[in-house]
Amino acid sequence: MTAITVPAVQPPVGDPNLFTRARWAVSDTLTITRRNLLVWVRVPAYIMFTVIQPVMFVLLFRYVFGGAIPVKGTTYVNFLMPGIIGQSAAFATFGTAIALAQELKKGVIDRLKSMPMARSAVLAGRLVADTGRMFITILILVGVGYAVGFRFQNGFGLAVAMVVLATIFGLAICCIAAFTGLAIGDEESVQAFGLIWLFPLTFVSSAFVPISTMPGWLQAFAKNQPVTIVIDTMRSMALGGPIATNLWLSVAWLGGIFIVFVPLAIRAYKRAA
Amino acid sequence: MTDMSTGPAILVEGLTKSFGDVHALRGIDLSVPRGTVLGVLGPNGAGKTTAVRILTTLLQPDGGRALVEGRDVVRDAAAVRRSIGLSGQSAAIQEELTGRENLELIGRLYHLSWPQARSRAAELLDQFELTDAADRAAKTYSGGMQRRLDLAASLVGRPQVLFLDEPTTGLDPRARLGMWDIIRSLVADGTTLLLTTQYLDEADELADEIVVIDHGQVIAAGTSEDLKGRVGGDVLEFTVPDRARIADAVSAIAKIGEGEAHVDEETGVISIGVGGRGSEALIEVVRALDGAGVAIQGLSLRRPSLDDVFLALTGHAAEEEEQPAKGRRGRRRSAKKDTAGATS
Repeated sequence: MTAITVPAVQPPVGDPNLFTRARWAVSDTLTITRRNLLVWVRVPAYIMFTVIQPVMFVLLFRYVFGGAIPVKGTTYVNFLMPGIIGQSAAFATFGTAIALAQELKKGVIDRLKSMPMARSAVLAGRLVADTGRMFITILILVGVGYAVGFRFQNGFGLAVAMVVLATIFGLAICCIAAFTGLAIGDEESVQAFGLIWLFPLTFVSSAFVPISTMPGWLQAFAKNQPVTIVIDTMRSMALGGPIATNLWLSVAWLGGIFIVFVPLAIRAYKRAA
Repeated sequence: MTDMSTGPAILVEGLTKSFGDVHALRGIDLSVPRGTVLGVLGPNGAGKTTAVRILTTLLQPDGGRALVEGRDVVRDAAAVRRSIGLSGQSAAIQEELTGRENLELIGRLYHLSWPQARSRAAELLDQFELTDAADRAAKTYSGGMQRRLDLAASLVGRPQVLFLDEPTTGLDPRARLGMWDIIRSLVADGTTLLLTTQYLDEADELADEIVVIDHGQVIAAGTSEDLKGRVGGDVLEFTVPDRARIADAVSAIAKIGEGEAHVDEETGVISIGVGGRGSEALIEVVRALDGAGVAIQGLSLRRPSLDDVFLALTGHAAEEEEQPAKGRRGRRRSAKKDTAGATS
């Protein structure tokens, strides 16, 4: 035994300096982002999910359910669009969770982790690519909304603010999805689990119908959950009405989600086996 | 670099790892000299993959230590990652992207410039005979091509130490042989290689040294010849095409062998241990079968295979813990009980 121990441990080679590491972190993140976007463009099903599905939702709610849903003070399509943009941003995160679970299962994450690349890049690149994808969905939805009668009522600045808030909201949900994808690590389970939390959260909210039409016990939940708060803020930005209170509540909720789920996702990535 | 030229490329001492109640590794020692191939041989669940995952910094050991190129895999993980390549059990490639894009992507993540990444990718595609398919999505590749691409990806960073975890599992025999050729050429370039396998002939073919792992422990180590020596003696093997005559053949040669003949009813292959008197026994068997009027094919005298060795060492065949119904290695189903008997 002692004979074997003779080859001494090499002194640690100091890591490259901070500047080099920072540069690598950025370039690795961009490489992973580029890869994710390339994959997205190559798979027709993914395009269908990010483009056609949200558009279908707009048309269904606008023309099928819309006539039966009365809203106060504006048209239903004006009421609907901020809601459906928020809902689509949240649903786009299915892709995040599924992609990470697949990469984990196929050993892609193992390979990347065994390489001298920045360890933060896999998650960061995933979030950047998926947020970009989501942003495209939002822009398409605004366009389709305009085609079916939606109009921003509150000026260009607040319209932009609404799009920005929707994107940040989507990114926050993306972090939750990244955590579930890595923690569960199985495509089918991730998908099933996504349905369980995303559907109630987005549908039991002010996204599609005024909360006052729900039974009392459901209203208590619907009024106070973050999706409603964010969508109400977006709606005020798009259509007018008091913004401040809901905006601060939104910032608090989204900040809270980032504070909790970013470290959780990183931990799940490090532990992923 | 020069100060690292002494000492083994991989050194493992007393490595342990448990997952809850499952003791995946119960204290493993390994030493792999530079430029050599270590074959880590064992059935599913023996702990091979756990060992590879620890050596490639993907998993933290519970106890013991592991050095790769003199660097501790826990404390100096970043340096270890700069000197290794890993190709796992499944093809860890992005199937939607082309082979070329996959390799360029990996090159970029090794911080090569775009031109460098492109030329390295082209070089590897050429070396692995993937140039014709380079610009097709990897999902259109055959299983063998995907594994080749995966292996190419593990070489982008020109690793000094390469880890291949069951590189041919799931491949058809032809693709397997192609993979062996590729692995041999890597070794010829001086890469140190640690290869895990469930295939005994694979370790025999490719490895300089073999360690046999079972239930998280090294149960034997040495060259292929050393291990075969443990079984002792040669094996005589032939096929009886007419299944109805198998019983006649067995009784005809009963007195020649040491121990009982083993019969594979499916293939009609009969094998028998003949100790040290190989060529003598060969003649006797021919006479005996001729006398009994049994026609045979493919009579051969062979050194014991690692199949025989595994059986002799563990008392069970290498594939015993394999999940059923994969159907991918039907050709080595036979547990050669007779040869184990011959050694005892």
